[in-house]
Amino acid sequence: MRGAVGLTAADPYLQVRDLRVRFATEDGVVRAVNGVSFAVERGRTLGIVGESGSGKSVTSLAVLGLHDPKRATITGEILVGGRDIVGRPDEEVRRLRGRDMAMIFQDPLSALHPYYPVGRQIAEAYRVHHPRAGRAEARERTVQMLDRVGIPQPARRARQYPHEFSGGMRQRAMIAMALVNDPDLLIADEPTTALDVTVQAQILDLLEGLQKEFNSAIVLITHDLGVVSQVADDVLVMYGGRAVEHGSVEQVLRRPQHPYTWGLLASVPSLRGDAAADLVPIPGSPPSLIHLPSGCAFHPRCPYADERSRTEVPELRPVAEGHLVACHRPGVAA
Amino acid sequence: MGRFLIKRLLSAMLTLFAVSVLAFLMFFALPRDPVTGMCPKNCNPERLERVRQELGLRDPKIEQYAAYMKGIFVGRDLGSAQGGRCDAPCLGYSYVNSEAVTDTLARVLPVTLSIVIPAAILWLALGVGLGMLSALKRGTWVDRLAIGFSLTGASLQLYFTGAVLLIVFVYQLKLLPNPHYTSIFDDPLDWAKGLVLAWVALAFLFSAIYARLARAQMLETLSEDFVRTARAKGLAKRTVYGRHALRAAVTPLVTIAGLDVGAALGGTVITETTFGIQGLGRTAVYAVRGGDLPMIMATVLIAAVFVVLANVVVDLLYAAIDPRVRLG
Repeated sequence: MRGAVGLTAADPYLQVRDLRVRFATEDGVVRAVNGVSFAVERGRTLGIVGESGSGKSVTSLAVLGLHDPKRATITGEILVGGRDIVGRPDEEVRRLRGRDMAMIFQDPLSALHPYYPVGRQIAEAYRVHHPRAGRAEARERTVQMLDRVGIPQPARRARQYPHEFSGGMRQRAMIAMALVNDPDLLIADEPTTALDVTVQAQILDLLEGLQKEFNSAIVLITHDLGVVSQVADDVLVMYGGRAVEHGSVEQVLRRPQHPYTWGLLASVPSLRGDAAADLVPIPGSPPSLIHLPSGCAFHPRCPYADERSRTEVPELRPVAEGHLVACHRPGVAA
Repeated sequence: MGRFLIKRLLSAMLTLFAVSVLAFLMFFALPRDPVTGMCPKNCNPERLERVRQELGLRDPKIEQYAAYMKGIFVGRDLGSAQGGRCDAPCLGYSYVNSEAVTDTLARVLPVTLSIVIPAAILWLALGVGLGMLSALKRGTWVDRLAIGFSLTGASLQLYFTGAVLLIVFVYQLKLLPNPHYTSIFDDPLDWAKGLVLAWVALAFLFSAIYARLARAQMLETLSEDFVRTARAKGLAKRTVYGRHALRAAVTPLVTIAGLDVGAALGGTVITETTFGIQGLGRTAVYAVRGGDLPMIMATVLIAAVFVVLANVVVDLLYAAIDPRVRLG
């Protein structure tokens, strides 16, 4: 598969196969991602859901090739537009970053450089992949992008610094920066977590609109199932660095089969009915990635775990067309 | 900006006023009588008393202080024994050297400036360069070598490295003349030859500290979100380090560098003593030893002026580097 270009339009733009990411630390080997596979087509959005430490952000940084090769060991395949980037020299992956695949981060205040005007940072992203573009062209493109993401007075705003922007405006600027080279793949890591609820909705609307316009594949990393139901087409639920449930939004959110997904849904407050009775937290805390529990990593927190859950790692198996679950007792919680 | 400078100027005046009062009071707390030092032999008590009267040491302390301050701003008459009329800014007449204090300062201040400014440029360049290098090559032999160098520099006293430099370059290899001061305007080459060992010794000591600081700052900055963003844009390593990380990493160093340079300008006593060069530092030490009140006051005030100035410069630099800083 390596190096196989000649991709047809129907093939998924991003394909991740059996991705494993480990970090050697002083306390031991952190097994952050343990065999995750998924694919995203152009024009579609995959939501990756999980608690902190589930491996979702590590997965997204691996796709962009942003892990330090000296510290992280990555195996498996990450095909971006048909090219496997795992183990490729950084210089080769760098050319794809920001051009074919781009990323927006959780906290736009710390993700933007405090010392440079916003417009300059966007223009820089454009010029690095358009070496022949002059300053004027980059500036024009920057203003155009700021306008496109709904920033009023874009020419004036481009000269301002990140601290002069509001949170929502900063995230819009971040999106403008990510989309300035019209990437085929956009990874959004908790893009609305740091924002007010009203602003969250605006940013999600903006992302959806831009996706229609640019026809890019989007990977949306979040712990917020509300966000997933609003914008994602497919969902991947991660726990302890593994995929535990994978399917369409309809399948995973309406007919969850894994007790962990079920727990996540039950811990979302709903506006209907008695909130206190509705809200069921998942007991315990996320597992240590150095000493993962045996068998199903979720078993110490799972009320339905049996002997097999404690000893044998469950495989991802289909329970319906396109709906995969890694559980020895799928559907038991329903 | 204008308001900032006025505010800083006022607070600087206040600081200098406080420093001058303290220095004045501390002088009178000294256990020795300045006058006994002035006439070592055949001084009878009547004569000593007359000198005290002439110097105004019998006047109330507040009057003495007022007279001193008046001298600085409008000048004063010091009497025939002390050079007569002394124009503003009059810092008095040395009790020991038979010379107006301003004349002494005009002689020793350029010496200290000539030692400190080139040394500071050297130590900043060397320190920051080494620190950045070891941060980028973290964990390799380059890193260990740079850290070893900086540890050595920080642990060795200046009078030791200074002595080693003197023995090797002056006495053994005879590459350099004995350390001395020539004005840069008279003979730039001789100026450099006479002071280069002092620069190197100071730079070795200080660059050590800066290398460690720069390394820590750079490592911290490299883990910042905006550095990750820069990499996610597809920028080359060189751009990520040079344009995005470096500028943020050196900002905190500006503060420390400003204060260090300010303090060093107040007098590099050990450096001047080690290399036998007469600058502000040694002048201050002699003044204290000799109970030379006008000289003590002048050296203390000059040192305070440098520290205050350094602070203002640091604030201005900070505002120039970091757009979030508003002067006011």
